[in-house]
Formats: sequence, structure tokens, C-alpha cells
Amino acid sequence: MDYNAIFRVALKALARNKLRTVLTMLGIIIGVGAMICTVAIGEGASNQVQQQIASLGDDLVWIVAGSVNMHGVHMGAQATKTLTVEDAQAMMQIPFIKAVSPGVGTSGQAVYQGQNWASPVMGIGPSYFDIRKWPVAQGIPFSQQDVDTAANVCILGRTVIQNLFVEGQNPIGKTIRINNMPFRVLGVLQRKGLTPWGQDQDNIIMAPYTTVQKKLAGISWINNIMCSAISTKAIPAAEQQIEALLRQRHRLRPDEDDDFMIRSPIDIANAQAQSGRILTLLLASIASVSLLVGGIGIMNIMLVSVTERTREIGVRMAVGATEDDVQMQFLSEAVVLSLLGGAAGVVIGVFGSMVVSRMLHWPTLVPPEAIAIAVAFSAGVGVFFGYYPARKAARLDPIEALRYE
Amino acid sequence: MLREVLQSEPEIGVANGRAKVTPVIQVENLHRIYDLGEVQVHALRSVTMTVYSGEFVAIMGASGSGKTTLMNVLGCLDRATRGRYVLDGQDVSKLSKNELARIRNSKIGFVFQGFNLLPRTSALENVELPLIYSGVSHSERTKRAREALRSVGLEGRGEHHPAQLSGGQQQRVAIARALVTNPSLVVADEPTGNLDSRTSVEIMEILQRLNAERNITILLVTHEPDIARYAKRVVTFRDGKIRRDGMVEDRLDASRVLFDLPAIDEEEAEAG
Ligand SMILES: Nc1ncnc2c1ncn2[C@@H]1O[C@H](COP(=O)(O)OP(=O)(O)OP(=O)(O)O)[C@@H](O)[C@H]1O
Ligand SMILES: [Mg+2]
Repeated sequence: MDYNAIFRVALKALARNKLRTVLTMLGIIIGVGAMICTVAIGEGASNQVQQQIASLGDDLVWIVAGSVNMHGVHMGAQATKTLTVEDAQAMMQIPFIKAVSPGVGTSGQAVYQGQNWASPVMGIGPSYFDIRKWPVAQGIPFSQQDVDTAANVCILGRTVIQNLFVEGQNPIGKTIRINNMPFRVLGVLQRKGLTPWGQDQDNIIMAPYTTVQKKLAGISWINNIMCSAISTKAIPAAEQQIEALLRQRHRLRPDEDDDFMIRSPIDIANAQAQSGRILTLLLASIASVSLLVGGIGIMNIMLVSVTERTREIGVRMAVGATEDDVQMQFLSEAVVLSLLGGAAGVVIGVFGSMVVSRMLHWPTLVPPEAIAIAVAFSAGVGVFFGYYPARKAARLDPIEALRYE
Repeated sequence: MLREVLQSEPEIGVANGRAKVTPVIQVENLHRIYDLGEVQVHALRSVTMTVYSGEFVAIMGASGSGKTTLMNVLGCLDRATRGRYVLDGQDVSKLSKNELARIRNSKIGFVFQGFNLLPRTSALENVELPLIYSGVSHSERTKRAREALRSVGLEGRGEHHPAQLSGGQQQRVAIARALVTNPSLVVADEPTGNLDSRTSVEIMEILQRLNAERNITILLVTHEPDIARYAKRVVTFRDGKIRRDGMVEDRLDASRVLFDLPAIDEEEAEAG
């Protein structure tokens, strides 16, 4: 039998009952739509993680003071005072570590010629710019000597520049006041933009960690250490050695938890994936339930259709349709039904993922394979749930079918 | 009206006025028993008959005598419980459902009392239907369907749906559908049962013409003796058995009957 003719007959039968057809397709539409959204969010998240890893540098390892789990209580990142500059210096001996920069964080009020701006202040070592792959775009970074002498020098982020200086004014060499202390501006950082969470990374003042420790924060410990491993592959080994070294230096007994946390971009990726997982799971269950319900809906409507068209089936058989012909006709009707639903679902899914990224600021990405898979899947649903009604139609006895009222 | 004849081949050959006659239908000791569990209905009891190419046979008999049952078996919609059925030289008594469908498609055309056209489907598409199942290309289907519609006098009505046609016209579409595959046998079960007398004669005119011009073998079930007179041979059934089988002596010519019928307004006739 002519497939073109089969297809046209199927379309015609569906067009005859438009509302019913659309209602029947609803389950498939929602199912496929949710499926596309799921994939779009998952893909978007992993794409974002990739970008993040790329922007963080794939050899980055950092240590944050504090413990994930101290006596069963989640502690903040600055909950301990045990991380020191000496720890950072000791880490330079680990063969897998290429560069190290101690980090101290505080906040400061910057003033320049009556302009006032509050900004986080980070105390770092000179290698920080390399480790973070975040170069000084204008001017020069500070030197080891500035660290050793705790010099009042600073590097400013773009946002700070915008808020302290007039447009077109060259900030290099100018002296600003941070918490009422004079600091000479050595350089301006390259623009970094927002974090995926919407935090402005360019609103930052960087100074030697010694200066921040002694003059701004008034502490003897540090908050974090940034390191570069010699390669991405070396990160796990480097992490192990860092942990062993720091535990030893902090004299932790085997039954004590770490008083520091070691992080790498891979951890971020995992955390990120975790946050997307709940929504993905929700959408995936909506998708599977809808596809199931949609499939049952198709089966139901096809059974109704077979009963309604019993006489037609009888006529077709009388003029020579074989069981296979009849089965093919109803099966293709079910498949056309589910494919149309699938196509509508793809449209809705793509639209829905655009809404998700607009409303939740989540990046989404619809890969072409996902559309192909969704279409194949809906065809599969049509075949699976259309089989029984089609079989039932094919098994009808022509004489009885012709007599059916 | 009927002349009892012994069924012998030479005589049929003479009756048909043909030098060479080939049997289209040969049935021997055909039985059809409906098994209803508690009772068995013996609808056909040992039917033996031969129908030759080009014959026009009317099947008569009281209600329940087994006419429809026989038509279903001869039309390959149903299989006999026992007995042999050779159609066009091929034994079809033991064929599978699928093989029977193929036979129906290539060798048999059906005309039913209730027309059995597909609703909301144009006359042309209704006529094309059998060709879809014989793998004929779209353009060829349309061409042949138009031809068939022309041969039943419905050219120009191809786009009409059954609901837009009179009963007589619907039955003509059904005849066109039966003809479109060039079958060796047309089986018509009370094709005039739902039609008024004039329209019935019009249908008989078409069947007579197809029988004469295209040598199509026709089996026609009817309750009306007047309709049977348009056939060449009448077989009468009672209780699933052949009671009488003979040639029609005073055969009617439908085109002449139509000519003689009082002229009715065309529209009124079609509305019947
Ligand atoms: N599907 C069936 N199941 C059981 N019995 C049947 C079936 N079809 C027909 N019969 C029985 O077989 C016998 C012959 O029926 P059939 O329909 O062939 O009669 P008929 O000659 O066509 O009658 P009518 O003139 O009323 O159409 C009847 O007794 C009928 O009840
Ligand atoms: Mg009957």
C-alpha cells in the first residue's frame, strides 16, 4: 500500500476531529515540552560550568579557612583563624603546586576627591593575577617587595574606577583613601563581568595581603590560599598533598575534621550540577508522566476511533485491505497524532526554556539532538500505544464490521 | 418465467452465445455452519453450482435461506465450513485471510444494499479505494476512478460526498468502486433493496450493460421477482439448499423499460 496515501488518510481522519485531536495530543505536548526544558536546563548548566571552569582556570585549587562540618554545624568560610601565611609558603614545597597566593578579605570605604565608594578589599600576593588568569590591564601589578614592606598600593576593579574617577581621568599614580589611609593606585584590573549569580566581580580593590592584614583588617591569619597546580590532571594529587600538609601543620588528630576546605573548579561544577538537579528531576518526572498519560490518551482515542469507524474498516477489508493494511493505517494515525504532539511539544519546550532563562536567569541550551530525540520518542509513544488499537482494527471480521451499526 | 434446465456446460455456453466458456465459480458440496455454541445454524447445506464467465445470475429465496451467507463465501469475505470453492481456476477454500483479501482486491467487486461508501469522502476517492490496496499509483488511480465513474454515468460528480448524492447515485458510485479493479466477478447483495422502482431499474440497466459490454460475471441477490427478470439465470434457495436453477425466459431489457417508464422529473427521480 502506498505510504503517501496512508499518511494522507491519517491526516484527514485527524483533521476531521480537530478539538479531539488537540486534546489527545496535550499529554504528548506537555511531555515533550518538559523533556526539552529538562535537557535545555541541564545543557545550559553544564555549558555554564564549562565556561566557569574556563574562566577560573582549569588548574586552580583554593583553600578556604573553616570547615564544612564542625561539630555538625555548618560554619562560615572565616570561622577559623588557623590558616596562615606560613601555610601558604609551606605549600610552595608541594611539587604539584606551581604558584601560591595567600588571600585576606575585608571591606573598605574608598574616597577620591569627594567621591565615595564601598567595595570589598582583597589582600593577595603578586602571583594572584596569574593564578586567577586575571591580568592587570592598565598600569602594573604590585611586587613581592610591596608585600614585604606592606606598601600602601592598590589595584582597582573597573566598577571602583567608574565610581571614584571622572570619565577619561587616568587613575594610575593617583592616591585614593581607603578607610582613611592613603593608597597609591598602581593599576586597573581587566573587566571580569558578573558571576553567574549576578555578583559584580569588578567591584574590587586589591592590595598586598600584608597591607590588608595589618592596616585594614587587623588580623594575623589569612582567609584563603589560591594556588595553581602544574596541570588539571595534577589537581587531585595536589589536593591530597595539600590536605596532608595542612593537617600536619595544624596538628590535627586523625579523628578531627579539617579546619580548612580545598576547592577546585570541578567542585564548583558538581555543586552547580546539584542545584540544577532538583528542577531537572521535577521536569523529568513531569515529562515521563505526561508522556505516559499522553500515550494512554492516544490509545483511548484510537480505540474510540476504531469503534466509530468499524464500518469503514469493513469496507476497506471488503475491497481488499489486508490485516497489515488496516493495522498500518491506524498505527500511522496514532504516530501522526503523537508526532504532531511531539512537534508542538518541541516548540513549547524551546519557548519554555527561553522563559526559564529569562525569569530565573538560568542559562539554557537546546541541542539539536534533543529535538531529534524528542521527535523519535513521540513517534515511539505513538507506535507503542497505537499498536493495540490498530491490532484490534486489523483483527475485525469484515462481515461483522460491514454489518456494524 | 423460469425454464427448468439441467445444468450442463454446453447449454450454458449456448445460452451465453459464446464459443468458449470458462467457469468463474465452481462450488462443490459447500457447507456453512455457524457455530453458536449451543446451537449450530446450517446456513448452507451442500451447495453445488457452477457459474460461467459472462453470466448474470440472480439469487432468490426466502429470508434466512442462506443467500447472504453464500454471497459472503463466494465473495471471499467468509470461508465455507466444508466443501470446495474454485474461483477463476484457483481453489480458494483453504486460503488464509490475507490471501483472501488479495483475491477480493483483484477479482471481486462488491455492491451492498446499504451502499457502504466512506462518509465525508469524495465519490472519486471512494472509487479509488480498492486501487490503493493494489499498489496503483496516485495518477493512475485517479484516471481509472474517473473512467469507472463515467461508465456509471457520474462524470462530474467525482468531488461530491455521499451525503450530497441521492441513493441511486450512491449505489452507482458503489458500482464504480466494484468495477474499478476490473474484477472477474461482481457480487451484489440486494443492491436495489433501498431504492425506488425507477432507480432500481437504472441500477439494473448499468449492471446489464456492464455484463453485456464488458462480459463481467454478476451475482445478484434480490427479493423482487421483477428485478430477477433482468438477470439471465435465476437460482432459488430454500433452507440453505438450491431448490431451483434455471434460465430467465422473458428477460427484461432495462434500457427499454426505462425508455417506456413515464418520464419523471429528473430531480424527483434522483431524490429517490
Ligand atoms: N453471523 C451469523 N451467526 C449465526 N447465524 C447466522 C449468521 N449469519 C447468518 N446466520 C444464519 O444463517 C441463516 C442464513 O442467513 P442469511 O443471512 O444468509 O440469509 P439471507 O438469505 O441472506 O436472508 P435475507 O433475505 O433476510 O437477507 C439464517 O438462519 C441466519 O440466522
Ligand atoms: Mg441477506
